[in-house]
Amino acid sequence: MSSEPIDLSRSGNDVGTIGDRVARYVFFACAFVTVATTVAIIAVLVEGAIDFFSAVSIVEYLTGTNWSPRAADDPSFGVLPLVWGTLMITVGAALIAVPVGTLTAIYLSEYASPRVRSVVKPVLEILAGIPTIVYGFFAISFITPILQGLGGRVPLLPEPGTFNAAAAAIVVGIMIIPMVSSISEDAMSSVPDSLRNAAYGLGATKFEVSTQVVLPASLSGIVAAYILAVSRAIGETMAVALAAGALPQLTRNPFEEIQTMTAYMVEIGTGDASVGSIGYQSLFAIGLTLFVMTFLMNIFSMWVRSRYREEYQ
Amino acid sequence: MTANGEAPRTVSKSAADDQQSTATSVDDGSLGSSRVADPVIESRDLDVYYGDDQALDGIDMTIPERQVTALIGPSGCGKSTFLRSINRMNDLIDIARVDGELSFHGKNVYDEDVDPVALRRKIGMVFQKPNPFPKSIFDNVAYGLRVQDQDENVEQQVRTALERAALLEEVEDQLDSSGLDLSGGQQQRLCIARAIAPDPEVILMDEPASALDPVATSKIEDLVEELAEEYTVVIVTHNMQQAARISDKTAVFLTGGHLVEFDDTDKIFENPESDRVEDYITGKFG
Repeated sequence: MSSEPIDLSRSGNDVGTIGDRVARYVFFACAFVTVATTVAIIAVLVEGAIDFFSAVSIVEYLTGTNWSPRAADDPSFGVLPLVWGTLMITVGAALIAVPVGTLTAIYLSEYASPRVRSVVKPVLEILAGIPTIVYGFFAISFITPILQGLGGRVPLLPEPGTFNAAAAAIVVGIMIIPMVSSISEDAMSSVPDSLRNAAYGLGATKFEVSTQVVLPASLSGIVAAYILAVSRAIGETMAVALAAGALPQLTRNPFEEIQTMTAYMVEIGTGDASVGSIGYQSLFAIGLTLFVMTFLMNIFSMWVRSRYREEYQ
Repeated sequence: MTANGEAPRTVSKSAADDQQSTATSVDDGSLGSSRVADPVIESRDLDVYYGDDQALDGIDMTIPERQVTALIGPSGCGKSTFLRSINRMNDLIDIARVDGELSFHGKNVYDEDVDPVALRRKIGMVFQKPNPFPKSIFDNVAYGLRVQDQDENVEQQVRTALERAALLEEVEDQLDSSGLDLSGGQQQRLCIARAIAPDPEVILMDEPASALDPVATSKIEDLVEELAEEYTVVIVTHNMQQAARISDKTAVFLTGGHLVEFDDTDKIFENPESDRVEDYITGKFG
């Protein structure tokens, strides 16, 4: 039995095809803007940094322990005190955010009733949405006074200054808790219930199911959350500039004033460094250093994700 | 099993289930008079609700020791719900509510003083889809032993469980590799090994072969029959031939969470009391 051949040729109406083509260009343009911006930022950073490193040797920059760019007679550009300040804040913040954020995530994913979850999750998102300058203000007006109050009374706790690393680390830690908890909670929630049921069926308690089954199974997502949160702490600026101070120094005492890389950039960027001066150029070197640090963290995070991801049916 | 040939003569009443209860009569061989196996699980007027929906309606059932009891019926008839109410897995569903009584060795498992965690240590479970932990084969089987603090001689217990689950030969050289690397049928036997390692009394199986190919399915079926020599097995299945092949008792659930008929498997498949069961068995609906 023969039938009419089916007509598969383009219809005379080309509107659909043209629309498709236009849409494709619009989408491409949007994607291109993002990529182009990233490339431009890197180019600007590198160009400025090259100027800087033509005046200051890269070895001196990376190994010097004295950062005094404005000393009139003999300016010194050893970045270590600034890196040290950033590390103090980052480590301190992680010490707070990792345990609190992880336990919050376990609670939300495994223990909380749907009603509690529907209240707590939005509150955490609000915490994430507070402008960081407000956190900085919160640190100097609330946390620093508490630390100062404890200073005289608790043994071994020195009297903190008005600006100190500890208060800044604490607020940055609070600031990144939502990041740790919400990404970790997503990872835990995506662990299939069949694994939980298997453990419950063997007579595991809720605590055992959470810590021995869900936590290991979602480890890659949790570690990725830590890394992203730490990247955020490294790059955090306003709270740190406000609370930690502006004194670059290599100190082991977290109750002393320090300066982070970002805080230095705020200070110079908003201050009196004239364009083309060495102080101005140092901004680009530090910006590039920060960029490389967070970039490496992100690469590491992607590696952890792909390395430890388990496939479930 | 073969030694059982003359045993039925000593019993006059329940000749119907003789062929089916071979395992039991071997175990109870010393008492020639006791043909009916001891009840392990008894449900009395058991209702289960999910929110406002009633999933089980007045279930009365007595599940005998060391036999295979199959639960069959169309989708949504409540057979899996019944299975999950035995070891209180329904507790994990927020909206589930249970009325009536379900006793394990005479103790109502829904009494206030019953710890579901302790209950589940006596009643193991195998699920529809193989669900090994993302851990090594060894650690999968050892998991139940560890949470139940039976950690003496773990290695020996793991090997025994794998042996009983007919998996040891295939995985002997790769106990440290991930359980997820096994084939679907092997994964399910791994899950069975995991369930029997802590030596529970009862094993609940929720359509354990439904996600497997025919060869893997027949291995699981053989395994179920062997397990019934030592354990009480309750198995949910969609597959009526499977129920007929491997079970001693069959419970037929029909729509609305009713248990319509519960009897020896031969009786159910050859001469059911209820017309609706006959229609279901012969494939007129469901």
